[in-house]
Amino acid sequence: MSHEELGLWLVRAVLLVPALSACLLALIPGYRLSARLNMLASLATLAAAAALFRVRPTPGAFLIVDDVNVVFIVLNTFVGFTTSVFSASYIAHELEVGRLTPVSLRFYHAMYQALMAAMNLALVANNVGLMWVAVEIATLTTVLMVGIYRTHAALEAAWKYFILGSVGIGLALFGTIIVYMASRSVVGEGLDAMAWTVLVRHAPAFDPALLNLAFVFLLLGYGTKVGLAPLHAWLPDAHAEGPTPISAVLSGLLLNVALFALLRFRMVMAGNAEALAPGPLMVTMGLSSLLFAGFMLYRRHDIKRLFAYSSIEHMGIITFAFGMGGPLANFAGLLHMTMHSLTKSAIFFAVGHVAQAKGTQRLSEIRGLTVSHPVLGWALLLGVFAIAGMPPLGVFMSEFLVVSSTFARQPLLAIPLVAGLLLAFGALLWQAVGIAFGEPQGESRPVHASTVPLWAHLALVLMAGVYVPGPIVRWFQHVAALLG
Amino acid sequence: MNGLGLYFDVAHLLAGGLVLVSFMMLYQFRMYALLNFYAVHALVLSASVAWQALIQGAPHLYVTAGIALVFKALIIPVALHRIVQRLGIHRTIETVVGIGPTMLAGMGLVALSIGVMLPVTGSADILAREDLAFALAVILLGLLMMVSRHNAVSQVVGFMSLENGLVLAATGAKGMPLVVEISVAFSVLIAFIVIGIFLFRIRERFDTVDVQALDSFRGERR
Repeated sequence: MSHEELGLWLVRAVLLVPALSACLLALIPGYRLSARLNMLASLATLAAAAALFRVRPTPGAFLIVDDVNVVFIVLNTFVGFTTSVFSASYIAHELEVGRLTPVSLRFYHAMYQALMAAMNLALVANNVGLMWVAVEIATLTTVLMVGIYRTHAALEAAWKYFILGSVGIGLALFGTIIVYMASRSVVGEGLDAMAWTVLVRHAPAFDPALLNLAFVFLLLGYGTKVGLAPLHAWLPDAHAEGPTPISAVLSGLLLNVALFALLRFRMVMAGNAEALAPGPLMVTMGLSSLLFAGFMLYRRHDIKRLFAYSSIEHMGIITFAFGMGGPLANFAGLLHMTMHSLTKSAIFFAVGHVAQAKGTQRLSEIRGLTVSHPVLGWALLLGVFAIAGMPPLGVFMSEFLVVSSTFARQPLLAIPLVAGLLLAFGALLWQAVGIAFGEPQGESRPVHASTVPLWAHLALVLMAGVYVPGPIVRWFQHVAALLG
Repeated sequence: MNGLGLYFDVAHLLAGGLVLVSFMMLYQFRMYALLNFYAVHALVLSASVAWQALIQGAPHLYVTAGIALVFKALIIPVALHRIVQRLGIHRTIETVVGIGPTMLAGMGLVALSIGVMLPVTGSADILAREDLAFALAVILLGLLMMVSRHNAVSQVVGFMSLENGLVLAATGAKGMPLVVEISVAFSVLIAFIVIGIFLFRIRERFDTVDVQALDSFRGERR
């Protein structure tokens, strides 16, 4: 088999393995078997994605694998795999206590793989329309999963997410149509006018006014999915009320996918000299998310909501970094995105088991975890230290890079940035101390937690803080330069 | 240029008609009336898309027009009628603000969309640019409807009228690949299924589909 053909099959595998497993999992009763199949399918997808580093096809009209998106795909499939491992032990407990039924579990597994397929499609799509469709499918599958417990609060959260997500996606489609209008007069009608590769190449010739208008809609639309500050209302509810593996995937992956869409359009905008610079808009939204979430973190009473607000904060930092642009800030943004995905999903793995052990998500009833559940307690504490940005963990590294690159270019912007970071740092540590230490309170049940994915993520984050291997640094630098 | 003039006028008439029906949906008090107006909305959209198919010489757009006619103007309103009947929510619709301020806001939004779109799209062809301005107006009116209603069914109708605006925009952009039109129609289908499940579940658990009732309960107090 030639190199080209092999690459093509790998891309197809990344899409088809999860898509076909979704169909298969919908048919299989028995949660043990389907949980294993879920893991297996995720592992196979990860293997195919990792192989794309070496072998990749030439970009076609619909699919593309380039240096930029391969990073996102591998991160996506990796966290997808570890979450499926966590999910297997999580759902066993949910079934035991009767929060999920065997039928809803079948549905859950099918949706999990459908979500993975949709996210991978959004990442490899070389057509802005196709990418939009993929993001929409990803949204719908997560809406269904957020509402799976069918409690009052879960239904409210799913409904809110559905309405706000659909509006966001509608605006993004309008932006996509305007981008097509801009490119049609240069490239001509047809599929080519919606391909990334063509858009980026011809960007300098596009009508700047149309591009400006399109970007505003795209920023509002995909920005809603990223959870940027004025548009974030769905995010805490959706994270808090759905099953915890879904919170991990939402926070760690889906937000990245939406941000990736925005970054692609940012590259088009940056290619046109007369168009509005996308940077200031992204910087403003990023900063406002960071500051807003920093304040909100203090007033949380629900452990999953707490970390949902922390996701808003970190997406704000990442958007800020990409808004600053330039090789250094982009590098910092990429690194921070990777670190956030790994750390935040690890935290949600821990939180899921903690909530099961305590039978509640209320922060006031979760006390003294390091005494009652030492392994989970210390792991959660380490995760919170990591996400708050304590040295020597990876998030500290990337936040330090964001701050230092901002100081070098726009010292004034660094002031609110540092203020927001410190605000969030204080809030998270204050909350974490309450959770981890003190007299254990309330009920405490044993859980069969599989902490392997949790420790694996934390080990990676620690490693990244101490030493990032040379090839990875070079790869990220290369991608950062491409992002412009 | 006589022929072009006629093409133009009819396209305008239909797109403008869509905006008008959007306005009419804004002041409906009764659920059934709202659903009927949604059917009219979809009907006008279908005519507008069919007209675009004719003047652009793009036969695939007839498919989009057909989907709008059969699916949006017939199946969805009928199905929603039955849901409303079964849930017993055919009485008046709760609004957040009065009809007067809503209509004023709607007028402001239409002015805004024309003010924004026309200067910006100067280089695009003249047919598309006016279509886009009207489409944006329909989208914004749909959004307005979603935020000004409490009731879940009328929010859904608002969302579907927003989708109609998107289809208008997509067909106005000449030669846009089919992928998008089908996806829009398809997304409405999926969205509708999702909504159906939701309405069903909400009904199963509680005795209301009023979103405000859901709002009264939260995981935490703010």
